[in-house]
Amino acid sequence: MAESATTLPPAQGAPRFDIRLALTRYGAWIALALLILVNLAITPNFATWQTLNVNLTQVCTIVIVAVGMTLVIATGGIDLSVGALMAIAGALAPLIFLGKLFPLPHPAVGIALAFVVPVLVAAALGWFNGWLVTRLRIQPIIATLVLFIAGRGIAQVFTNGNLQVFNLPSFQFIGLGRVFGIPFQAILMVVIVAAAAWMLRRTVFGRQILAIGGNEKAARLAGIPVVSVKQRVYLISGLLSGIAGLIVIARNSAADANLVGLGMELDAIAAVAVGGTLLTGGRATVTGTLVGALIIQLVRYTLLANGVPDAAALVAKAVIIVLAVWLQRQSHR
Amino acid sequence: MNPTTLKLFQGIGRYGVLLALVALILFGWVRYENFLGAFNVLSVLRYNSMFALVALGTCFVIITGGIDLSVGSTAALGSVVAALLSPYGVLPGLLGGLAAGLAVGACNAFIITRLNILPFITTLATMLAASGCALLLAGNQSVSVSYESGFTELGQGDLLGFPVPAWIALVAYLVGSLVLNLTSFGRTVLAIGGNEDAARLMGLPANRVKALVYLASGGLAGLAGVILAAQFGAGQPIEGVGWELFAIAAVVVGGTLLTGGLGSVGSTLAGVLLLGLIFNILNFENGLGWISLSAYWQSVIRGAFLLLVVAIQARLSMRNEEMAS
Amino acid sequence: MSTDSALLRLAEQIDGPFMAPLLTMHGIDKRFAGIPALRAAELVVEKGEVHALIGQNGAGKSTMIKILTGYYRKDAGEVLFDGRPAEFSSPQEAQRAGISTIYQEINLVPYRSVTENICLGREKRRFGFLDWPAMHAEARALLARFNIDIDVHRPLMAYPTAVQQMVAIARAIGFEARLVIMDEPTSSLDEREVEVLFGVIRQLKAAGVSVIFVSHKLDELYAVCDRVTIMRDGRTVQVAPLAELSRLDLVTAMLGRELTQVLHDKHNAGDLESEAREPVLKVENLAVSRKVRDVSFEVRPGEIAGLAGLLGAGRTESVRAVFGADKPDAGTVTFAGSANGIAAPSDAIQAGMGFCSEDRKLEGIIPDMSVRENLTLALMPQLARRGIVDEGRSHEIVDRFIKRLGIRCAGPEQRIRELSGGNQQKVLLARWLCMNPKLLILDEPTRGIDVGAKAEILSLIRELAGQGLGVLMISSELEEVVEAASRIFVLRDGYTAAELKGDSVNEQSVMAAMAHGHEDAREKAHG
Repeated sequence: MAESATTLPPAQGAPRFDIRLALTRYGAWIALALLILVNLAITPNFATWQTLNVNLTQVCTIVIVAVGMTLVIATGGIDLSVGALMAIAGALAPLIFLGKLFPLPHPAVGIALAFVVPVLVAAALGWFNGWLVTRLRIQPIIATLVLFIAGRGIAQVFTNGNLQVFNLPSFQFIGLGRVFGIPFQAILMVVIVAAAAWMLRRTVFGRQILAIGGNEKAARLAGIPVVSVKQRVYLISGLLSGIAGLIVIARNSAADANLVGLGMELDAIAAVAVGGTLLTGGRATVTGTLVGALIIQLVRYTLLANGVPDAAALVAKAVIIVLAVWLQRQSHR
Repeated sequence: MNPTTLKLFQGIGRYGVLLALVALILFGWVRYENFLGAFNVLSVLRYNSMFALVALGTCFVIITGGIDLSVGSTAALGSVVAALLSPYGVLPGLLGGLAAGLAVGACNAFIITRLNILPFITTLATMLAASGCALLLAGNQSVSVSYESGFTELGQGDLLGFPVPAWIALVAYLVGSLVLNLTSFGRTVLAIGGNEDAARLMGLPANRVKALVYLASGGLAGLAGVILAAQFGAGQPIEGVGWELFAIAAVVVGGTLLTGGLGSVGSTLAGVLLLGLIFNILNFENGLGWISLSAYWQSVIRGAFLLLVVAIQARLSMRNEEMAS
Repeated sequence: MSTDSALLRLAEQIDGPFMAPLLTMHGIDKRFAGIPALRAAELVVEKGEVHALIGQNGAGKSTMIKILTGYYRKDAGEVLFDGRPAEFSSPQEAQRAGISTIYQEINLVPYRSVTENICLGREKRRFGFLDWPAMHAEARALLARFNIDIDVHRPLMAYPTAVQQMVAIARAIGFEARLVIMDEPTSSLDEREVEVLFGVIRQLKAAGVSVIFVSHKLDELYAVCDRVTIMRDGRTVQVAPLAELSRLDLVTAMLGRELTQVLHDKHNAGDLESEAREPVLKVENLAVSRKVRDVSFEVRPGEIAGLAGLLGAGRTESVRAVFGADKPDAGTVTFAGSANGIAAPSDAIQAGMGFCSEDRKLEGIIPDMSVRENLTLALMPQLARRGIVDEGRSHEIVDRFIKRLGIRCAGPEQRIRELSGGNQQKVLLARWLCMNPKLLILDEPTRGIDVGAKAEILSLIRELAGQGLGVLMISSELEEVVEAASRIFVLRDGYTAAELKGDSVNEQSVMAAMAHGHEDAREKAHG
């Protein structure tokens, strides 16, 4: 082993143009552009506000969750519990503002608490994931599997599996409201993406995340607090899942613990993978994740709008995921 | 590398789940009338045999250090194919479901061993694809099976007073146990999970064995789908959600190490029965009328079980590491 | 002894009237990406002989073994095994031909039974199923040859390391090996276990099996080996019966130094000055697991202290414990006036310590990050205000260090993986220098770096020490340590064997201390 260190060639010289590298770095953008062009050509009524609206609202929650997932994956981990945490947050909020959990002094207090408490609970559960990963040193996929299994059950137990229907515009603003005609959830999504992208580039925390994913041993020897960074990352993933859960129930005017966030972990991981974030950690792009989510959404929309059944879109999604990860492996050896 | 730690660990793996199972059965026997009655016992066995088949495949996959998340939707696909073929007889239905499962398993095997993509990503993707195929074939609704051909016997029939699906599961577990313990294939499966590099250096065909394991997991899930269709009289394209989790939980509760290399077929069966009985006991408890615990508790309890076992595993392996260094 | 006479002796053996050797590797060349790793290397192993293969890091031992066992393909030369040309394409093929390798890290499956570990890959069958009784019996019989009587049903991990090592050997012999290669088999064994292993080796020898024994512990070589092949810089430099060579001869041949008295006139006023200062780091009676038993050394501000020793002497393990990367079992580490205040690398860094690991790739660089990000990795918290990195200052600092250290890169945003080894190392040095440390620990700072960059890095280190920085340097290249350091602590098998300073800092006394330990070192140096 030591010998190979002395006999290995010096790293390659000046970087030259590599088609595969370019494909993985900008592949997602190119694919998105192609998709839009194809749709402009074949899909009727594609270039309308209506289309934009439909696609945006459908992609928002995925993107918000996928941002957290991007950060977790950037440290070399994974979070399977995001969907379950959405369900918990989604189940808690109506219980609070409907006053089923505790009596409310004032409706406004209920609404404020309905925003804050579920998100904090989801964040705390996310931190618990991080604790399992760092302190008990359980592999992330298994540590988060615990809440993946139990989390939805907890939400169902809260609500006894019942659908909670409500009509509360002040709360539902998060999912239905508009600011200058733009859906509030889309604004929230853009803000979260921008903040995370900025954080990843400009802050100490962001650099530490990437350093840990890039080479955990080296990061530790450079004095980076690996344990606390990882715990914070899982906490953020939980927190964003909580927010996404609130958006989903606000949009539906109903909370169904059986369905909120179902399969979300898949969508989020798919968006991250397609967006070009390295699944083994160390290289991450939040904007790429946004693009990845848009691609998956647009493929589905394209197929649906052109009369292909939804089920076929699932198969297409599977192929896209495998293809994206495979391309990534090809270029990154 | 401490012998007592290892003993403790194996003790938990081998006997912990059995003890818990016995305790649970005793609890139910004392507390509820008819708990050990023939009807209850046979229906528990009948219902859980599908999960048992899926868990058997997952057991092999986890022993190699991998994971298969596609088993649930593979079972759904298998049930749809079996239902569609059921008018042609028992055998076409059975073989069709099995073949569908094997096809998904072959995809997994190819992507994992040839394209070198992580098992969990691969099987997440094939989970989607299998589910999509099931929905396409079924036209988004459940497909009734033919009652004339005798296909439903596979799920609802009895043989020598014992449910047919339970027979199938029993045979599968016997074969699985035989394969794991008495063939070089089985020992290679265990060696790969224990230390894949070492297994390769020992000259064992790691890739071929891994491919076969995913193939088998797919096939068993397809078989579970056949039973599903036969038992409920319909191919169910949206069934199977969460089956993979049930299977993983059962395997882990059975003491199989999630990092691979250590596990047993028998304990997995015990794990399946344990998790199945929890649901059964919840029903009985609600029947008594003292409390009303919803069925939703079962996934919470499953998660808690998983957490407990995984935490114990982690603690033990951490202690081992400290001792080794 | 010169290379020529060694080859002459080799030729004699090949053509001599003796029994034909079991293995002859002749004129082996191997290049990795154009850089030669082996140059006409030779290795001859007789039937039933225990043959030591020794050399420094990078001398070519492992490459040689890997060519023999089919890991690598040779560029030139010939390999004769049992008189027939042999070119194996995989370890399995070599194994089938009768060459088994036992690796330093035991490459078995810990959870599986002893029997399985011995029999996997050539199982016995009956009616198509595994015949466990027969396999257990075979495993027991194989182990009985070494007087080991254990329950073969139990998992391998239930047994101590020595027994596991025996199981690995039993597996090797079970394949009817005629040549067993042991790559540092004793590194994880204690003394008693080593004795058991030696017993086994003698039995193998008696049974006519040949053994290639790779080890850095000289005493062990004398205990079991008949002959020795010494390699240096990819060449075979000496082949001789071990009884004819002293320990000092071995060290000298490995390091490639003639035993002439060379005094380095480099002890200037600065060194004397630093002599008077309080040590910035003082390590007393440090013990870390099995590798470090009782190690003491100190570093003063403005001096370069060297930590010398053969591979496995406990150098790296000692400094890792000092830096807080590993937990020490015993001992006192006093840094900048406070004792035992370092529990993690972040503590060490905060207190003003920097550490460049020996393995740049695995523990140094973050390959996908830019030069700038790698350089400022440890400094980041100080570069930031409320968690936001001050990019302006970061650029300024990085530009300054790129210029000052002469780091050759396309720019600060180039990915570090694209840089040459020497420039990567400079970035890692800069990572610590920009923190204004009190002490810099450099573990093999010039490993895998070309000659020009080496000289640059060494002169840079000297310059830094001249400015008052304390430097602790580990290097396997004797010349390097002797030239740079004003004081050298020599470790041997986990103990501090000697402290050399002033005139006694020369290659001769360092080698003497490596070979014999404290007492002899003093004798040789002064007498």
